[in-house]
Amino acid sequence: MAYKATSQAPALMFSEVRKGFSGGGRKVTALDGVSASVKRGVVTGLIGPDAAGKTTLMRLVAGLLLPDEGEITALGLNVRRQPLEVQSSLGYMPQRFGLYEDLTVQENLDLYADLQDLAPRDRPERYEQLMHLTGLAPFTGRLAGALSGGMKQKLGLACSLVRPKELLLLDEPTVGVDPLSRRELWEIVYNLVEEQGVTVLLSTAYLDEAERCQEVILMHQGKVLDQGKPQKFTDTMAGRSFLVTSPKMNKRHLQRMLGEAPPVLDALILGGGVRVVTKQAQEPTAADLGGEGGDLSIKAVPPRFEDSFVAMLREQGQEAAPPLQPSGRQCSEAWEGPVIEVKDLKRRFGDFMAVDGISFVVEHGEVLGLLGANGAGKSTTFRMLCGLLPPSEGQLQVAGHNLRKAAAQARQRIGYMAQRFSLYANLSVRENLRFFASVYGLGGQRRRERVDWALEEFELADLAGATSGELPLGYKQRLALATALMHEPEIIFLDEPTSGVDPLARREFWRRINALAEEKVTVLVTTHFMEEAEYCDRVVIMDRGKVLAEGTPEEIKLAQKTGENPSPTLEEAFISLIEKNQPNLQKEQAA
Amino acid sequence: MSRGMPGWRRLRGLIRKEALQIMRDPSSIAIAFVLPAILLFIFGYGVSLDAKNVPIALVVEEPSPATASLTGDFQNSHWFKPRHFSDIPSAQEALRQREVMGILWLRSNFTRELFSGGPAPIGLFLNGVDGNTARIVAGYVQGVWGKWLARYAQDQGRELGLPVDIQQRIWFNPEVRSTNFLVPGLIAVVMTLIGALLTAMVVAREWERGTMEALLVTPVRVREILLGKLIPYFVLGMGGQILSVAMAVWLFEVPLRGSLWVLMGVSALFLVAALGMGLLISTVAHNQFVAGQLAIFTTFLPAFILSGFIFDIGSMPGWVQAITHIIAARYFVEVLQSVFLAGDVWPVIWVNSVALVIMAALFMGLVRLRSRKRLE
Repeated sequence: MAYKATSQAPALMFSEVRKGFSGGGRKVTALDGVSASVKRGVVTGLIGPDAAGKTTLMRLVAGLLLPDEGEITALGLNVRRQPLEVQSSLGYMPQRFGLYEDLTVQENLDLYADLQDLAPRDRPERYEQLMHLTGLAPFTGRLAGALSGGMKQKLGLACSLVRPKELLLLDEPTVGVDPLSRRELWEIVYNLVEEQGVTVLLSTAYLDEAERCQEVILMHQGKVLDQGKPQKFTDTMAGRSFLVTSPKMNKRHLQRMLGEAPPVLDALILGGGVRVVTKQAQEPTAADLGGEGGDLSIKAVPPRFEDSFVAMLREQGQEAAPPLQPSGRQCSEAWEGPVIEVKDLKRRFGDFMAVDGISFVVEHGEVLGLLGANGAGKSTTFRMLCGLLPPSEGQLQVAGHNLRKAAAQARQRIGYMAQRFSLYANLSVRENLRFFASVYGLGGQRRRERVDWALEEFELADLAGATSGELPLGYKQRLALATALMHEPEIIFLDEPTSGVDPLARREFWRRINALAEEKVTVLVTTHFMEEAEYCDRVVIMDRGKVLAEGTPEEIKLAQKTGENPSPTLEEAFISLIEKNQPNLQKEQAA
Repeated sequence: MSRGMPGWRRLRGLIRKEALQIMRDPSSIAIAFVLPAILLFIFGYGVSLDAKNVPIALVVEEPSPATASLTGDFQNSHWFKPRHFSDIPSAQEALRQREVMGILWLRSNFTRELFSGGPAPIGLFLNGVDGNTARIVAGYVQGVWGKWLARYAQDQGRELGLPVDIQQRIWFNPEVRSTNFLVPGLIAVVMTLIGALLTAMVVAREWERGTMEALLVTPVRVREILLGKLIPYFVLGMGGQILSVAMAVWLFEVPLRGSLWVLMGVSALFLVAALGMGLLISTVAHNQFVAGQLAIFTTFLPAFILSGFIFDIGSMPGWVQAITHIIAARYFVEVLQSVFLAGDVWPVIWVNSVALVIMAALFMGLVRLRSRKRLE
């Protein structure tokens, strides 16, 4: 009976856990009174945007950090007092998998087997189990550094589980891996839970993964917003989600109109229409939404996890920003033909083809999304388009200039926002703006005007003197976009602009991108958020340096329609495209 | 028995991993073998207190067999590369242009005055911009001059009337090569850097690549992680030390008068201290760049300046002398210089070995205290 009682007790208990970090003369609160519990034998998702405190919480459980206040109990043990006992009964996979890249798959396994005290006689059987589970058996002799992102992630998982564990902590295991590998990881995790009764705590910034968990702890800014089954979150949103389409209106105009309508909490482009979430569980009429007789069709759709997060944040008082007024500026069409034209573009790094013969065009005023997992060649393509990296082969025309001959002229028309926002962390907001304006050759009156414009337009005026390194992520992202727009470029490149920011900041960001698109600014954006790709006019899907598909989000989805799945999401379409590309891949890898 | 087993297995696993990494990633091997070779080359040849092939102007106002014999000696000396000038102004011009380091002036009365017991009949002008070299050159000139004078007097069958100006500021014996005392000291300085860099960099690399985080969550103990770094890099460092000693003996031809075993034993003590410094650095520096910078500034530079290898500790101000006591290289330099040049001088070896044991224990103790199985 005693056994039963303990096995029903939660695997993890957090009570009033607080943790702060000090650095650079100020203190940051990472966890602000977290209380939650994790049930045994299920998959619990720790969900929230960057800086929510997910990694800190994981590290506290693993004994890598000590809480300032509060207690954590793991498998009935006090983590503060018995860290070694806790560590020997849990598996932990840190964000970068913790693999030795210059060791082979087998050597990594051997090392962790030694460290985890797995007896040599038990090894063959366990190795076989793990290799079967992860499908890594053909690659045991390969260096871990030479594995793809998805395979590294599986090896990381195998290493943390080399000895069977009761509790498995996975810190953002799905970041930066392609949707196919993500799906495989989820299968492995569920296998572990069902066959071996492992308890899994998995953190993720992808809200759509919440629906794959059995339990969810939703975190934001160091606090737990709510905990429960994902169903519980979506249930509160029942009857509040609708898909609105209009035959007459452009989807961006439609989104703007719906966003301003009083009953609407949230409006997002999805497919050919706009998905709205209403403040009350009541179907709005076309008139409520600002439409005129019969031009809007409204259809109820099932709620999503993200809706409830957005609703919670809005209820906490984070109001939706008012829509931006069109500036009336229109970009000129000073040259003939497409804004960007790429033909048979290749880029080689040693033996490795990062970009392997891609071609596409971007028309004036278009928003083009470049999709693909890490290592697909997106960032390399971007750097070539911006003239930062010379192509190995192929043609590249940007704004009517051949980038090989006239990179400088082309660059004057380009704005670039790099991954991780290249801001000067120890300069103030105003100093950053002024600096980037000067870099683009603005001076005197003109520069002052642009800096003032940016401070006002991006609602940064109150923070003009703040050190930019200390801004919250969402503000950093805004500032980074502002710096890229100082010289009023006609083309703007955004490299993973929204990764890790919360859904409201992401909406805010896209509101600005839409405003730019209405000014006929050409926008190129890379993302691995499939949902975000829906906001683009057209998408190009890349995998291993090649273009797999190109077209509007609707066309991409339509092309992957099957009997089993008549209306695939963009993510499902992406997975099926990659899977079709896999047979060749597997041959290559086995070779 | 059963309690000891897993710990041993974990340590063995860590050491095997480290060995594989050393073999696959050439950076550690470069630090252990290429870096000391390069540093010994640069400093061994570059930081020499010997002057060789110094260009010097000879102005002979009245040639005679005696002047021919003296200039012949300068010609044959490998310290000098003499050039003949017909008069002083043209030689001075060459000195100003830095074409020659100095001018040796044999006046017209040279032969006459040579044995008269009067004032020194040769004049020497030196370019004093580089005062150190100027003094050394002066020493060499006096050396060549003195030797020539003695021989010439003998040849002439006369007693040397000691006409040489005995205002020598530096005692200088041309038979002792500065390389002989510089290279052993240099080995200490170089091994300080190697030892500290090896451990500081590889631990920082584990932090950088996120593997340390995964390691800390396994049941491994802190002492196993530390030993798992210390043992492989001790072996590698001793390899570097053997290479350095071999270079000293065969390349720089420094005599090794003491025993090799004493040398290696004391080197092992010193290496533990140096690796300990590296581990201590790695407790604060979690990325390779910072770790490398810290290793250079906190171990290499103090060892270079304060170990007595080049700058005499005895002539430093008292408080600086006090600081030199915490520089491990200081003790190693003393042992190396005496084992190489004087032989096994046991009092020197004992005192300094005890000091090295204390230093090694101090650093390793601090490392153990500061290392936690935590990220902060």
